[in-house]
Amino acid sequence: MRRNVLPGLRLSLGVTLLYAGLIVVLPLAALVFKAASLGPEDYWRIVSSTRALASYRVTVLCALGATIFNLFFGLALAWVLTRYRFPGWRIVDAMVDLPFALPTAVAGISLTALFTTNGWFGSILADLGIKVAYTPLGIMIAMCFTSLPFIVRTVQPVLEDLDPALEEAAQSLGGSDWTIFRKVILPLLTPALLAGVSLSFARSLGEFGAIIFIAGNQPMSTEITALLVFIRLEEYDYQAAAAVASVLLVTAFVMLALTNWMQSRALRYTVRN
Amino acid sequence: MKIRLENVVKTFETFRAVRDVSLEIESGELVALLGPSGSGKTTILRMVAGLEYADGGHIYFGDQDATDIPVRDRGVGFVFQHYALFPHMTVAENIAFGMKVSRVKREKAAIEVRVTDLLRLVRLEGLGDRFPAQISGGQRQRVALARALSVDPKVLLLDEPFGALDANVRHDLRRWLREIHRELGITTIFVTHDQEEALDLADRVVILKDGHIIQQGTAEDVCRNPQSAFVMKFLGDANVLAAEVRDGRAYASGAAIDVFGMADGKAELYARPADLDWSAQGPGIPASITRVLDRPDGRRVLATAETGEQLEFDVEPERGLKAGDGGFVTLRRAKVFAL
Amino acid sequence: MSATPKRRKPPRVGDGPLFRRLLIGIVLVIGAILILAPLLIIGVEAFSKGWAVYRDTIIHPDTLHAIGLTVFAALVAVPVNTAFGVAAAWSITKFDFRGRRLLLVVIEIPFSVSPIVAGVAYLFVYGLQGIFGPTLDEYGIKILFAIPGIILASMFVTAPFVARELIPLMQAQGRDLEEAATSLGASGWRTFFSVTLPNIKWALLYGVVLCNARVMGEFGAVSIVSGNIRGQTNTLPLHIELLYHDYQAAGAFAASSILALIAVFTIIAKVALERQGAGRVRSSATRPALVANPAEKTS
Repeated sequence: MRRNVLPGLRLSLGVTLLYAGLIVVLPLAALVFKAASLGPEDYWRIVSSTRALASYRVTVLCALGATIFNLFFGLALAWVLTRYRFPGWRIVDAMVDLPFALPTAVAGISLTALFTTNGWFGSILADLGIKVAYTPLGIMIAMCFTSLPFIVRTVQPVLEDLDPALEEAAQSLGGSDWTIFRKVILPLLTPALLAGVSLSFARSLGEFGAIIFIAGNQPMSTEITALLVFIRLEEYDYQAAAAVASVLLVTAFVMLALTNWMQSRALRYTVRN
Repeated sequence: MKIRLENVVKTFETFRAVRDVSLEIESGELVALLGPSGSGKTTILRMVAGLEYADGGHIYFGDQDATDIPVRDRGVGFVFQHYALFPHMTVAENIAFGMKVSRVKREKAAIEVRVTDLLRLVRLEGLGDRFPAQISGGQRQRVALARALSVDPKVLLLDEPFGALDANVRHDLRRWLREIHRELGITTIFVTHDQEEALDLADRVVILKDGHIIQQGTAEDVCRNPQSAFVMKFLGDANVLAAEVRDGRAYASGAAIDVFGMADGKAELYARPADLDWSAQGPGIPASITRVLDRPDGRRVLATAETGEQLEFDVEPERGLKAGDGGFVTLRRAKVFAL
Repeated sequence: MSATPKRRKPPRVGDGPLFRRLLIGIVLVIGAILILAPLLIIGVEAFSKGWAVYRDTIIHPDTLHAIGLTVFAALVAVPVNTAFGVAAAWSITKFDFRGRRLLLVVIEIPFSVSPIVAGVAYLFVYGLQGIFGPTLDEYGIKILFAIPGIILASMFVTAPFVARELIPLMQAQGRDLEEAATSLGASGWRTFFSVTLPNIKWALLYGVVLCNARVMGEFGAVSIVSGNIRGQTNTLPLHIELLYHDYQAAGAFAASSILALIAVFTIIAKVALERQGAGRVRSSATRPALVANPAEKTS
């Protein structure tokens, strides 16, 4: 370890620790403390109630669906933005950040307006017999919207920095486009894809604002876990809210750990002996 | 496989990288493309490989016009400057890649045997399971070569093959590449900016400047008969003296040399450090020694001529010269180029 | 001479004209449906009842109050988070200390936690059921269901934004410049303002813009701690929800158009800042976790 010669460690670290402690750690600790005060039996009863289980089911399945969709669409979008130049690509590139910049509540009412049975897309889909708004499909679309930039923006820089010589080498060895994509490009994108997928999935699990407008919010079918927490609060059932929120919190931590683990695993071959 | 380039032209944006290059490479020949950066050497190599397309002219492989054949069908082995090994594959997987993806289907066992053979050829037995990040630069270079050879290429192309390596590793690999070439007899072109590398390794050296071929020939040809001041300077250290040609003889501050068939007028005289010598008495170029540099293989003397020109030459280590000595620089041989 | 056309490039992977067009086409269509349409419909719906309704919504006292509250929250939360982000980035990138990686994870947490969880968590600190709530209540200090609660929740949600932009950049820049400045006798503040800041200003600005957009748009966490009191603790996103559930869709979209404009401005600012040479800005807040950043040097 090298000796630090620069000034300001005490001040900057002090401010950082104080702020992170008060703003981030303290509330989360309070939540955990509240949930823990329930006792194992009560806790388990609440978090495994049929309504809670149904909410996990719809949240996880929709998040999974949205993430899988974004895996393909996000990869295609990143590919198009780095490999092809067409009129307006800069605008498309900038627009990718819109879901990140647009407040979730605004996104929620816009998507609802688009996908209700008399909306632009909802009416077309209704003719085909597909109902989107107020169904799990609607939840999925809201999740797709809010989590799209995560995959695009993690894959894009890696794709840009990919050494063209690797592709040329594979071509000179006789590989077809599809083979080169599958065996050379895709494996090199995997760490970024995994990171993007786990970020996108985590975001979808916790999303609230964009979903509640389009979801319908029917217990047991279109009620997401974050909404269940909200409803328990409105019922002044603080302990239940704490318990279900703690499930979301633990999931977020698991996802964070998973992201790190997958990244370091996927990069294992870059580690020198 | 014989390769022929006919009036090849390549322009990038506004930069004319290659201007009207014609070149023939005999089957089994080992040719170096030598030139400073921006001379177009790498572009020529990439066009032969099919990694760039020529804007004009033709490239023939044997009798076949290969100008428009894409790289994957051209049957060349290419060793990239920074090797371009697939980082997520082991050494053995890297070498097997070409055989696995080729349209010619091969038995799995046959591929394994071939990988083992190639690993032996490049002397990397036992390293097949390592990832590229886990081996040294010289080893990576050899993996890249084995990978390029795995598909039985008609031509082997190497882009600055030793550019990224330490001096001593470079020396060993040079000799070793020559051996492999002798063993396989495959037509080989490599690109380098290092004169010594080109001269040591190649059957023929092609010297390029600004997208043109300036001179080509064996190492002996280009060393003994440089046809321009550029080649003279580019191939190694050279002393330059202002000279004047009169009646078939070039005169430069106290020294003179025969130059047959040169028109009268101003010229420059070029002499390698080994082409000059020192004597206490004239005749010669009057000069005084400013510094003596001792080196493992001799002594390099720096001197200033009375005319102010800086001269460098080599003497045997036994010669007791020192800074401040006055005397004369004599010419053993020199090249004179008209200005 | 050759009949071949000029300036051809050998095809890269995926350069087949049919594949290329097809892929661009698919991506543009889905992009238009998923990203462009939601933006357009805001404008269309906002003016669906005419200009008068739009104007009336915007100048309605409740809307104006919501705008004022949103701006006020941003004016407090953004500078505080900026100071925190700079301090965190300075301590993490310029020094080696035990627990550095853990600190990175802690800073990252708000980014991966649901805003609902954040809201609930604050309830259990400052609410009547919380740790400090009863004590604060005795002294008549109101944090929850009041402006301080809104600001605190916003600060939690956006705490990582500035730090996330700065840390990778400052990591890559190393410590040489600061060490050189210090060795020449510059004070810590002097070093920061004349050596570090010029190199990070665009990334810093981008972090601030992002942080601001998120503070102004935060919904989940704020909806829990605000109490939704019309004309008192309603921020703009909460006001939108209120209007929407009051069956005033046009009004909700009118209010949304303000936030959509801020979003569009944020994106334009991003593009402009990238042009200013903040090349690393690109990967933005959607980058993978900082801790897993392979570029990070472990010393």
